[in-house]
Amino acid sequence: MKNYASLLQGNEAMAQGALYAGARFYAGYPITPSSEIAQECSKVMPKLGGVYMQMEDEIASMAAIIGASLAGVKSFTATSGPGFSLMQENLGLAIMGEVPCVVIDVQRSGPSTGLATKPAQSDIMQIRWGRHGDQELIALSPSSVGECFSLTVEAFNLAEKLRTPVVVAADEIVAHMRENILIPEPGEVEVFDRRKPTGDPAAYLPFGPAPDGVPPISSYGSDYIMHVSSSMHGPDGYSNNGPDNAARQIARKNSKFEHHRAEIVKTRTYEADDADVLFVTFGTVTRAARAAARTLRESGVRAGVLQLITVWPFAEEAVAEFGGRAKTVVVPEMNYHGQLAGEVKKVLGAGADVRRVNSWNGQIITPRDILRAI
Amino acid sequence: MTYATGQQYLKDGVLPHMWCPGCGIGVMLRACLRSFEELGYRNEDTVVVTGIGCTGKLDDYVVTHALHTTHGRALACATGIKAAKDDLHVVVFMGDGDSVTIGGNHFLHAARRNIDLTAIVINNFNFGMTGGQFSGTTFNGAITQTSAYGNPERQLDICALAEVAGANFVARSTPWHVDDLSALITEALSRKGFSLVEVLSPCPTHFGSNNKMKKGTDMLGWLKERTMPVDLYRSKSPAERAGIFPIGKLVDRCEPDFAARYAEVGAKATGN
Ligand SMILES: Cc1ncc(C[n+]2csc(CCOP(=O)(O)OP(=O)(O)O)c2C)c(N)n1
Ligand code: SF4
Ligand SMILES: [Mg+2]
Repeated sequence: MKNYASLLQGNEAMAQGALYAGARFYAGYPITPSSEIAQECSKVMPKLGGVYMQMEDEIASMAAIIGASLAGVKSFTATSGPGFSLMQENLGLAIMGEVPCVVIDVQRSGPSTGLATKPAQSDIMQIRWGRHGDQELIALSPSSVGECFSLTVEAFNLAEKLRTPVVVAADEIVAHMRENILIPEPGEVEVFDRRKPTGDPAAYLPFGPAPDGVPPISSYGSDYIMHVSSSMHGPDGYSNNGPDNAARQIARKNSKFEHHRAEIVKTRTYEADDADVLFVTFGTVTRAARAAARTLRESGVRAGVLQLITVWPFAEEAVAEFGGRAKTVVVPEMNYHGQLAGEVKKVLGAGADVRRVNSWNGQIITPRDILRAI
Repeated sequence: MTYATGQQYLKDGVLPHMWCPGCGIGVMLRACLRSFEELGYRNEDTVVVTGIGCTGKLDDYVVTHALHTTHGRALACATGIKAAKDDLHVVVFMGDGDSVTIGGNHFLHAARRNIDLTAIVINNFNFGMTGGQFSGTTFNGAITQTSAYGNPERQLDICALAEVAGANFVARSTPWHVDDLSALITEALSRKGFSLVEVLSPCPTHFGSNNKMKKGTDMLGWLKERTMPVDLYRSKSPAERAGIFPIGKLVDRCEPDFAARYAEVGAKATGN
């Protein structure tokens, strides 16, 4: 039987996506609204010969998936805002050590325990800038259960391709929503596996130069001995605080995102080509924006939607292209400060008509809320 | 008979090492690398995991696989490595700050899971790396860079903590007792489940100089006086035990490790 339809919850779809991508190690600490991912993994991993570990906190969860990935097993964790905050330091370790892994953040309202466990899109800046130090981070945001599956597969592919952690920035709505999706057959969707070292093991440099900035990655137990460090290191992975070395390492670690930018930064448009009114969205709010755009079209206003599938790195080109053409740009998002709107304004400049629609009381943004901005 | 040197695990060209004269870390590392050799560890199958601190620096001197982690999180990283790939030798090196101060939670739970790895803790009674502030193992009244009038807090017993949390193997020694230390490390490495070796260690630069023991040998002498073989210790009255660390093998159990218990889960899940 090819392509059977499943009625899945977003959280289940993200767990299934991870398994499809080859993840065989999950470590986490339960938190609503992400817990169904842990529950699913606890049931499925032992059947597949994989590992489900319930750690003592999210600091340990992030640490454990780093360890597992370096042992050669695709690994991931899932959490919500409070847990994501705890993961930040070790997420930095994954970036510094160039460790492929996936972190799902099912966003909920804050600050702190907040309106537990109502939806929000207020972690977007903590995902991008929540750690100390210079770094790039990829974040993908699903707007449907289907995208929960496909973007989780994509998150693993990017993690493996770039040797980097990738965040899936979901929200409570999409995580708990149920929709019919088609689960692809094995092999139907590309699953990318990390590039391994070849040649003389003694010459292997886990942090050496590479044409695309991504050196091959060994695994613990391999003949290619690998030294990974949170401290600044030379191409061999050993401590090296020389300024020239540090400059080269940081530049290479960032350059890989520029090199692969076209594969990373994905957007989708809905009637945006001729749009005078453009909604720039990510995550579930995209759905309300599409409904609002349809309503406007029916009344003769040329409206469209630019959905940022990849939230980070920011889709400057698409925002400039479609936003530059539009007379009015509206950014609806479930947070107080307009975290995404700020980025849109940065691209379009001070003179552009960029309007914000925000909700920060745990209530969903409706098409009516969005239309009020016009 | 040839004597194990541990040389094949030591990185060329990095000596002299970074540790101060009289520091106990180098002695412990030598003992440990000799144990690797005695046990026939292949560099390719061995993962050295370190925390952050003077102790945490030691991965820079070894040529096994290695992961230098964040402060306090070495055991959590090591848990992921071992749970993902059970045939590796995973050896974790931490300070007293790493292991039971900032990382206390991971220490408890790694021992509770009885995950099959060896944790070696250099307890020098302070944060050596950051200039000698008090840690969770600094005793009450001790002078440190952040307790000029004496530490108001009490010390944590690392070995007792590992015992109640469920470690299979717990031992304590010092660089003064280097032959015992070597034997205990070898035994810890060869045991299944969570093994802990606490190494009471001189930090003459900070803890020593703050507490009238400026020379490495002063602190070694102090450690000698403050320790007692565990059998003898157990025969003493509580008053005689005060301020004394029992050394030797303190706990020796054969509880199933995490992998064995997880295999049972796997068998149930697959109906085998
Ligand atoms: C999250 C975090 N907090 C604080 C520090 C600063 N710091 C580095 S090492 C250290 C203490 C090290 O003490 P210990 O673990 O006992 O190792 P030692 O240097 O004594 O061997 C501290 C507090 C840090 N690196 N990370
Ligand atoms: S500061 Fe203390 S612990 Fe650190 S190297 Fe010097 S003596 Fe050893
Ligand atoms: Mg210390």
